[in-house]
Amino acid sequence: MAKHTRKIVQCTWGVLTNAWVKGFLPGMAALYQGPLKHFCVPGMNCYSCPGALGACPIGSLQAVLNERHRRFPFYVLGFLLAVGAFVGRFICGWLCLFGLIQELLYKIPTPKLKIPERVDHALRYMKYVILVVLVIALPLLFRSQYGAGEPFFCKYLCPVGTLEGGVPQVLLNDVLRPTLGWLFRWKMLILILCILASIFIYRPFCKYMCPLGAFYSLFQKISIIRVKVDKASCTGCGACRRACGMGVDPHKNPNSAECIRCGECMRACSKSALSFTGAGKEIHFGKKKVKKDKGVHQQKQKGVCS
Amino acid sequence: MLKKDRNYLGLILLAAALGMCVWGFASGEAEVVFAKASNICMECIGLG
Repeated sequence: MAKHTRKIVQCTWGVLTNAWVKGFLPGMAALYQGPLKHFCVPGMNCYSCPGALGACPIGSLQAVLNERHRRFPFYVLGFLLAVGAFVGRFICGWLCLFGLIQELLYKIPTPKLKIPERVDHALRYMKYVILVVLVIALPLLFRSQYGAGEPFFCKYLCPVGTLEGGVPQVLLNDVLRPTLGWLFRWKMLILILCILASIFIYRPFCKYMCPLGAFYSLFQKISIIRVKVDKASCTGCGACRRACGMGVDPHKNPNSAECIRCGECMRACSKSALSFTGAGKEIHFGKKKVKKDKGVHQQKQKGVCS
Repeated sequence: MLKKDRNYLGLILLAAALGMCVWGFASGEAEVVFAKASNICMECIGLG
């Protein structure tokens, strides 16, 4: 895999899923209201982004749970289960726009922060609490005096909505500016903290806060596409662990709940011991070993399927 | 869990999930998603 392949995929997907150019025209700003808005995109992407063509799965889940006549969210939950069962957290590494933004911020040349292991380990559970409490329980159970539910995660926490929806909408629509209040200031504070944290810590939102990543992580060990370690080739050099920004040790725990399946460990492995596997196929993203009659010969390949 | 079992579990889960999607879509849940996604979500953008 070429060094920038993943960035190209992330950027392309971000543009494709937010391609409603009309939504960005000042004075004429109007959300896309076509049929694609019936469908969720697999990553975190606020549907109030002026260019959004699809629906945010976390926002959609809360919307269904908020309904007056409570119903089981078969469609949205089925979508999330399907993605999780197929690829696990691969979406986080390849198709999440906010993940890309955090990665680009991390590239700013500053000293990087190393969170103590015990603190980091404890904080990783926070995203599961956010998923259960703010995304599922409160939208399902809480009703105001008027009988209306609230999308608690979207309303009180989600920095993606503020960045992709709030800021552009306020800039494009004069009529919204007089309505800015404490909630907008609170969400801007969370967004600014996420942006600052992303400069010093690799993907902090993904590690500690993202309920979508928390959901997909439940399927890492059973998803159809998984990471495989060739124990015969692995020398335990630790190159994969050093290359991993999420703090995973791929050769010991290749399908960790924290792995975003970005493939950087595969690129770092000189023995090509790590690969994606699924449906009987393997995909190597690093140097591919090609067996010849007279021994083993290494040559660089780009995403070779075997 | 055997690797083979994990593969089957993933496939079974995927099949069940796709069934849920179809069921939910047919029961009108997608219209709820559309209604939310096609209008500016004031809560999502921090305006209450």
